[in-house]
Amino acid sequence: MKRSCVVVGGGPAGLAAAISAYDAGLKDIIVLEREDRLGGILNQCIHNGFGLHTFDEELTGPEYAQRYIDEAKKRGIECLLECTVIDISHERVVTAVSPELGLIQIEAGSVILAMGCRERPRGALNIPGTRPAGIYTAGCAQHLVNIEGVLPGHEVVILGSGDIGLIMARRLTLEGAHVQVVAELMPYSGGLKRNIVQCLDDFGIPLKLSHTVVKIEGDKRVEGVWIAEVDEHLKPIPGTEEHYTCDTLLLSCGLIPENELSQKAGVALSPVTKGPVVNEQLETDVPGVFACGNVLHVHDLVDYVSEEASAAGRHAAAYVKAGEPAEEHAGIPLVPEGGVRYTVPATIDPASMDEKLTVRFRVGAVRRNVFESVYVDGARIAHKKRPIVAPGEMEQVILKKADLEKHPDAESIRVVLEEA
Amino acid sequence: MNDAYDVCIIGAGVVGTAIARNLSERQCSILVLERGDDVCSGTSKANSAIVHAGYDAEPGTLMAKYNVAGNEMMGKVCEDLDVPFERIGSLVVCTDVEDMPKLEALKERGEKNGVKGLEVIARDRLVEMEPNISDEAVGALWAPTAGIVDPFLLTIAQAEIAETNGATILTSCEAKTLSKEADGLWKIETEKGTFRARCVVNVAGTHAAEIHNQVSADKMEIVPRRGEYLLLDKRAGGHVHHTIFCLPSKMGKGILVTPTCHGNLILGPTATDQEDEDDTATTAEGLDAVRKGAAKTVKDLPLREVITSFAGLRAHRPEHEFLVGEAKDAPGFVDCSGIESPGLTSAPALGEAVAGIVSDILKLERKPEGSYATKRQGIVHAAALPIEERRALIEKDPAYGRIVCRCEEVSEGEIVDAIRRPCGARSLDGIKRRVRCGMGRCQGGFCTPKVMDILAREVPELTLESITKKGKGSEFVVGHDKDCYGEGGER
Repeated sequence: MKRSCVVVGGGPAGLAAAISAYDAGLKDIIVLEREDRLGGILNQCIHNGFGLHTFDEELTGPEYAQRYIDEAKKRGIECLLECTVIDISHERVVTAVSPELGLIQIEAGSVILAMGCRERPRGALNIPGTRPAGIYTAGCAQHLVNIEGVLPGHEVVILGSGDIGLIMARRLTLEGAHVQVVAELMPYSGGLKRNIVQCLDDFGIPLKLSHTVVKIEGDKRVEGVWIAEVDEHLKPIPGTEEHYTCDTLLLSCGLIPENELSQKAGVALSPVTKGPVVNEQLETDVPGVFACGNVLHVHDLVDYVSEEASAAGRHAAAYVKAGEPAEEHAGIPLVPEGGVRYTVPATIDPASMDEKLTVRFRVGAVRRNVFESVYVDGARIAHKKRPIVAPGEMEQVILKKADLEKHPDAESIRVVLEEA
Repeated sequence: MNDAYDVCIIGAGVVGTAIARNLSERQCSILVLERGDDVCSGTSKANSAIVHAGYDAEPGTLMAKYNVAGNEMMGKVCEDLDVPFERIGSLVVCTDVEDMPKLEALKERGEKNGVKGLEVIARDRLVEMEPNISDEAVGALWAPTAGIVDPFLLTIAQAEIAETNGATILTSCEAKTLSKEADGLWKIETEKGTFRARCVVNVAGTHAAEIHNQVSADKMEIVPRRGEYLLLDKRAGGHVHHTIFCLPSKMGKGILVTPTCHGNLILGPTATDQEDEDDTATTAEGLDAVRKGAAKTVKDLPLREVITSFAGLRAHRPEHEFLVGEAKDAPGFVDCSGIESPGLTSAPALGEAVAGIVSDILKLERKPEGSYATKRQGIVHAAALPIEERRALIEKDPAYGRIVCRCEEVSEGEIVDAIRRPCGARSLDGIKRRVRCGMGRCQGGFCTPKVMDILAREVPELTLESITKKGKGSEFVVGHDKDCYGEGGER
């Protein structure tokens, strides 16, 4: 089988990428989705708040997904369901299995990686104690409650204040469970401010910053957890332990882009984002392989996922149409400084960038009254005041091609947080 | 009361099922009682998963005898049972020049025990074999006969054969009291009723003393000795290529670093004596000791790749020796107790030996050749098949094309097989141990609800609400959404 573009994943990123690649001229595109329906993780996100930027209205996750599913259907884009990609070769041969089609191999003109991310499990957090039932990642609990219609527990403690954990604090409360507390290791929340307000504050659920679970109790099912305050090195402070009697521990301690397939294709990953290193085309270091959405870096808002994925789709189409890549441009590396942890993209070639390019990044700590500045060869090309920035909220600056073209031989593009 | 069994085996760990498998080749009725909800629920489920060469035990002990014999048998047993086993060899690493004579002593002890191929090697060869060996390492004892095995699958495979050959295996069925009836039969009271047997085999692991001391005046003591472990992602599996020990101390063989036969890396165990026979909680101190201990022999350990931690219990006797044989003051009561390391290695030999003891007591005859199973085919892991075979398998049964566990690439077909075969899985841990679903880097975050759905569909008596992690009391869900609201919406 041959296709000009294979999109791995039929969630919000994959769908938006497929639609834009199609609109940019790739008609024989194919989307491979491992679940039995399109939409990805949005299907279990039944709360509202999606689409404010894209559609100027508040949709639920499934509603937001449906808009893209409808668009893909309208275009007749081929989408295979229950189709799990098991390998991508460096030469872009995509191998997948599905109950319906068996084992298939597709020679892809381009590949768009849109596999999303997974949650950090208990084991990776090294929480000591027993290993009973009743410990769930927030997303797993969300699936049980919202898709299966079953309640994972009555008395709940949540570790980590990632957005899914916050959303689940509210959902579990509405479904009849009692959420006792949300403990967060860091001195700041990992989630969006609006979720703290709407999911915790509005329901009187306390958020304990600089606290963590130090022990889990219960042989068969969780019977309790111990929570302790941590010091500035994030180590539990002896004597601050408090016991919570509960039957459920939810973990919302971070998301990890799921790049096992990308690695099989030989794609280089960033140690910071755990996602592929991409250029201004959102192309990885493997020619013709693009990435977007949470597999690239973890987003807060699906609207930005869709926007990023559309760009990836467009660039994939351009890559296919161009045939053999022209001359290789190394691109100017973006250098995160002064509290900026990473940028996506990681390099920009001014010659091949769009008129405007959104650079997304995260900061390492909460900072107030700062400027987000971008310098090329000492010249400042972006400067934006922010009253507050936080690790839990993705930041972005928009760069203009015209500004960068003036410095084609620049050694670096510095993305900096500066005191106001 | 049920009819009497010829043999009642208390405990379905790796040794209990080895005995059951061996006895199932003889003409006798067998009952296996297991307190856990599945076989391989105690000591056998949480250990280093290694096959020792046999240089540790004192010459002349049962530990030495069964270790070396078990090691020799392991290849054939695992071949017959289709269980992963690799003879990767082990290295006892010495980090102090002054301790080098201890390696020689260990080698001599091993040779006395009958271990073949032992060699003391110098640092340069050690570095060649293990580039990530500690900079402090000065030499090592190389034991090419050591190996790694999957203890879950070994236990499960033995149980499958025993059940196929007619043995009855009852899980979630703890043997509580044991007494001798007037007619000479043993009476075993359990939570699932009372059973009688002509002969009882005590392979109850950390609970063996409770059983033994009910029938014998020659009291036995078991001190549960906890060992904590860290398991690393498959990305870290190639960090070492052999089982790496440091020189042993009197509390055990120290913290080892070894690849598993599924390509993960395992670090551990600690050794802490405790009273509780079932408490397998990990501790911050214990896990810390594992990290530090592992770093003594291996450098640059990728500890960020830890995917889970766990603890197991060794059924340690103060005598530090296996207890194997019929109790002098309790005819028909056979002990196979105090089976701590090298218990897993010894299991095939212990299974054969104890079955022999029982056979002698009961004067059992072998079943006619060919009338019983000696081999089994493991659950096919579709992802491990060559591409054309995998294609053909999915064509034959499309369920093998539906991936349920993305991290370990486990298909629905494999899970269904794990449920349907003899001694089939009934809980998520049971499925995990048979097909590795949920054992990968996401630790079941994605596949847990899917596996619950499959179990509920495949097993008529199970619903989503009654599906457990590891038996009754470990249910995953407590009811349906909004169950707590009354008619009027009041809580």
